[in-house]
Amino acid sequence: MAGIFRRPVLMIGLVVTLALVGVALLSLVWTPSLPSKMNIVQRLKPPLGLGGLLGTDQFGRDVTSMLMVGAWNSLSTSFLAVAIGATVGSAVGVIVAMRRGWLELIVMRGCDIIFAVPPILSAMMLGAFLGSGRFTAIIAIAVFMVPVFARLTLAAAKQIWARDYVTAAIGIGRSKAKITLVHILPNISNQIIVQVTIQLGLAILTEAGLSFLGLGMPPPAPTWGRMLADSQTFFGQAPWLAILPGLAIALAVLGLNMLGDGLRDMLDPKAKAG
Amino acid sequence: MISILLRRIASLIVTLIVVSLLIFTVMNLLPGDPAAIMLGTSATPETLAALRTQMGLNEPLIVRYLAWLAGVVQGDLGQSYTYGVPVAGLIVERLAVTLPLALMAIVLSVGIAVPLGVAAARRHNGLFDHLAGAFSYISIAVPAFWVGLLLIIAFSTKLGWMPAGGFPGWNAGLLSGLAALLMPAVALALPQAGVLTRVARSAVLEVMGEDFVRTARAKGLSDRAAVWRHALPNALIPVVTMIGLQFTFLIAGAVLVENVFNLPGLGRLALQALSQRDIIVMQDVVLFFSALVIVMNFLVDLAYLVIDPRLRVAT
Repeated sequence: MAGIFRRPVLMIGLVVTLALVGVALLSLVWTPSLPSKMNIVQRLKPPLGLGGLLGTDQFGRDVTSMLMVGAWNSLSTSFLAVAIGATVGSAVGVIVAMRRGWLELIVMRGCDIIFAVPPILSAMMLGAFLGSGRFTAIIAIAVFMVPVFARLTLAAAKQIWARDYVTAAIGIGRSKAKITLVHILPNISNQIIVQVTIQLGLAILTEAGLSFLGLGMPPPAPTWGRMLADSQTFFGQAPWLAILPGLAIALAVLGLNMLGDGLRDMLDPKAKAG
Repeated sequence: MISILLRRIASLIVTLIVVSLLIFTVMNLLPGDPAAIMLGTSATPETLAALRTQMGLNEPLIVRYLAWLAGVVQGDLGQSYTYGVPVAGLIVERLAVTLPLALMAIVLSVGIAVPLGVAAARRHNGLFDHLAGAFSYISIAVPAFWVGLLLIIAFSTKLGWMPAGGFPGWNAGLLSGLAALLMPAVALALPQAGVLTRVARSAVLEVMGEDFVRTARAKGLSDRAAVWRHALPNALIPVVTMIGLQFTFLIAGAVLVENVFNLPGLGRLALQALSQRDIIVMQDVVLFFSALVIVMNFLVDLAYLVIDPRLRVAT
């Protein structure tokens, strides 16, 4: 762990991510004012003035509070989606690595196919039937994550299966399921953790896009994406409404990407950041 | 070569059929009657029954799927419920915006990323390399649609140089059409450029260490010439691969950016179809986008064969 201080990418990523998680958690117990509280007299006030730290929106709502709750909404949605996608995808990956053969061919093809439908489009398809909302967004993002993790764990698990100690374990009659649990999973968990971090960034970007199109959490829950969508009417008067939520998204994704790259360098020195 | 090509085409066709089946299943097996969804809550039982017959919803699922697929193959994607016109025509019309937009974005992103990546690789670990690294980190993290909003604020609202959105149509002249697509394309290109810069940089770095580049240098070729004539062409394979892999994200970005700039493209069509509950249009647009991604990856595969003759040997 002492190595952390010699790794600037990891340090920056960790600090930014922890700050983000901190703000998101803080929003559960405290925000400067209620994010849904309207105050028309104080509408469209610029940052650092009467409108508080980051100004107010078209209804006079406090942007700081909205961004804070937005952090929680964005982070929790993305985290759930990636957790589902990573669990299902990794399970598929290790099972396929255990069986190989035609199953591998079919699953890999299936991955290509799922990967061909961008989450924005699957969210639209699902949204037409299930209605738009957090559940639809989570499912759409999670479905897209499954092939990502399935491919990664399959490739990584195949390498471990080729190691001598696994051959030895097969030799002494250990079952494939037992080998997967004892030898394969522990040896690929680092790669899965790194990928979870990086995919969280992608999930935040996607969630923001879905909310921007009105396919995310419904109002009045503040989301970064919908704040950006709402800002479009007020470009001339209140450019900060369009700048701040975007900065929040970019900062969150940047932090997670740097954390992921830093973790990869630390946990797996052989792999190059690509 | 021919046998590889035939095998690739066969697998492409199978993939496309499975995708169509998947999309059809999702759209038809989810809870909810498509006809009822399209008509909304105020529909009388008679109109509902009429629409169900018109949409063929009383037929068995497999018959409907095969009818849809047979139509798709013949270029008949069905009738749009809200527009009352064939969906194929709608898609072609909207494609005239989305396709140039995507192509402009690809050209821009390669135009930014390749020189940047090559320059960064040549100054490995130097200041420029670090700046290029920071550029890719930031541009990957920035949502394309937000870049679009910032461009509108800067160049339309504040400076008044560019149109804030909308599309005059290609009949208004090539230049005004391209001008309307310029800012959306830049917004779409930026995140792509970030990814491609990284790929180009590491590919050039890798190739520069290889024997044939050293030989070229030993023959007296300048460093610059060795990079551009020998290292770069070999480094292009990963760049082309990445363009293919990123195509899904380009499509997703285009859906968003079209909505930021009010461009009458396929992405807007899909969103409008969703809000109007025009299931047939949605089903066709999603199929079209997915097919586009799959065909794009197929073309990338073929591009390998052109770029790298070593891959033409059947395995």
